[in-house]
Amino acid sequence: MATLKVPAHVPAPSEDAEQLRKAFEGWGTNEQLIIDVLAHRNAAQRNLIRISYGEAYGEDLLKSLDKELSSDFERAVLLFTLDPAERDAYLANEATKRFTSSNWVLMEIACTRSSYELFNVRKAYHARYKKSLEEDVAHHTTGDYRKLLVPLVSAFRYEGEEVNMTLAKSEAKILRDKISNKHYNDEEVIRILTTRSKAQLNATLNHYNTAFGNAINKDLKADPNDEFLKLLRAAIKCLTVPEKYFEKLLRQAIVKLGTDESALTRVVTTRAEVDMVRIKEEYQRRNSVTLEKAIAGDTSGDYERMLLALIGCGDV
Amino acid sequence: MAPFLLIALLLVYLFTLNSFKAKKMGHPAEVEVLSKALSGIGVDEKSLVSILTKSHHEHKRSIRRGCSQFFFEDERQFERWNDDAIKTLKGEFKRFKDAVVLSLMHPWERDARLLKKALKKGPQQYGVIVEIACTRSSEQLLGARKAYHSLFERSIEEDLAAHIKGSERKLLVALVSAYRYEGPKVKEDTAKSEAKALLNAIKNADKRRLIEDEEVIRILTTRSKPHLKEVYEQYKKISGKSITEDFEAELFLKETIECLCTPHTYFTKVFDTALRVDANEDAKKALTRLITTQEAGNFKGVSAKFAHKIEERVKGAYKDVLLGVLARGEMNGQV
Repeated sequence: MATLKVPAHVPAPSEDAEQLRKAFEGWGTNEQLIIDVLAHRNAAQRNLIRISYGEAYGEDLLKSLDKELSSDFERAVLLFTLDPAERDAYLANEATKRFTSSNWVLMEIACTRSSYELFNVRKAYHARYKKSLEEDVAHHTTGDYRKLLVPLVSAFRYEGEEVNMTLAKSEAKILRDKISNKHYNDEEVIRILTTRSKAQLNATLNHYNTAFGNAINKDLKADPNDEFLKLLRAAIKCLTVPEKYFEKLLRQAIVKLGTDESALTRVVTTRAEVDMVRIKEEYQRRNSVTLEKAIAGDTSGDYERMLLALIGCGDV
Repeated sequence: MAPFLLIALLLVYLFTLNSFKAKKMGHPAEVEVLSKALSGIGVDEKSLVSILTKSHHEHKRSIRRGCSQFFFEDERQFERWNDDAIKTLKGEFKRFKDAVVLSLMHPWERDARLLKKALKKGPQQYGVIVEIACTRSSEQLLGARKAYHSLFERSIEEDLAAHIKGSERKLLVALVSAYRYEGPKVKEDTAKSEAKALLNAIKNADKRRLIEDEEVIRILTTRSKPHLKEVYEQYKKISGKSITEDFEAELFLKETIECLCTPHTYFTKVFDTALRVDANEDAKKALTRLITTQEAGNFKGVSAKFAHKIEERVKGAYKDVLLGVLARGEMNGQV
């Protein structure tokens, strides 16, 4: 469930656009006003505001924001303002440009979005970058990472709840065999993880646990330094229990020396309208402190206020 | 009185003689018409109606005796239908019905069903998977994937991945999963370097099979069609040969490239194979598939090229559909 708080009575997009323009004018910027508007509108409303702003002032709202804001606050506002599909396309493209850790962002987007959401990302990617997501991912990855990530971003998984238990049993056994022999990048492992529906995968992994005594991720911890294994474990988590994946990401982002603002911003802005309620619950359960407190303790200023607004703190 | 009687008798004699002759002479001609109506692609319904409504018992017996391709002498002295001939006929009569059903079907459902059928039939039909994945637009392919969910409660990629065991699995799964960019923008530098990469793969083909080469798969399964056409051109410049020539040994790769870069060549080939005298059932089925699934504009020039063969080999209502679709193609030109 979403934590985004939208007022009962939402002003017309043109009014919101006017408010934002006012926030940019004069000396300095009225960041609180920006938060009051943008952090309290849903995706459809934000899209209308963008259109209205563009028509009224002849400039893309995002461009104005880029000019006026800076640093982590800017990134949080920009990312959140974007339409979800566009946002994911932006993040994915960014991920193909840098190195190593960016594989995580690709995996995260591919595994935690629904089949239709993922396809909307691919459409948005065409429109924005004049290329296909899979061609960029394929071009910028090699070896096992390419083998895993290209099928992940290309998947259009069946979304029904139907489960074939016989298949679950046989595929659990296949996974067990490959993992026991340390064939982590085996085609069959990749096949099962990148093509089966989430419901089917869940059934398979549950059976794995029942039949073999360990959850699959435990068996995949054999080599703690293997980056590929880490990615594989994370993918499995994303596909089956995303809120736990996001909780861990948040925990690591906040607890690290300093804060990994990149991950923190990404999780909050991409999940505020999806499942942030569950993530907050998971966070409190695991860390015995609310996410609000943790964020407040580790960030400051407008950036902090933006994040807190998005996770549902304070008034509408 | 007598001369009139004589003339009357003469007339009666001539009449019976004629009708007797007619029975005898008509039969070889009708046997020929029947044979023609029932051999080829589709059946000549009009001729068959004509024969059936005019023939009577004796007539039909002589036809049976004259048509050794359809009937044989049973040991208990009766002319018996050849079971294989009936089977063949079933297929030929079915051809028009299949054309009707496929033609009216929503393109998404059509492609989903064709993909499922091809997968079920096995490796000799995997070319159909290549054809569909490579000749549809990105939106059409997405539509087929959606319909597949509805029809079979699985994703196309999971079924392909689970059932294809050979080295072509990676290629085929990647082909149906693609959502290629469709804009005209092409980077010449990238096309050049990828042409070089393909040439490299060819050179090392004895050490590493082309269909298992990562770069070959990446380029063919992710790049846009305009980009691949540029790669095709660049390849010709640097190697002097066409990619399809060099990839001759790997059938699925060759067809992939053909369908993506030179679809017209591919379609012409399918028509040619289907219209050969020794064409097998799969080849003939391809005809129905093409004329009901492809945009008519993709067949420009085909009717002229194959006019004679179509006239010879294709019959009846099925022929009318074929010619009609091809004619529409000539009229519309490019889609």
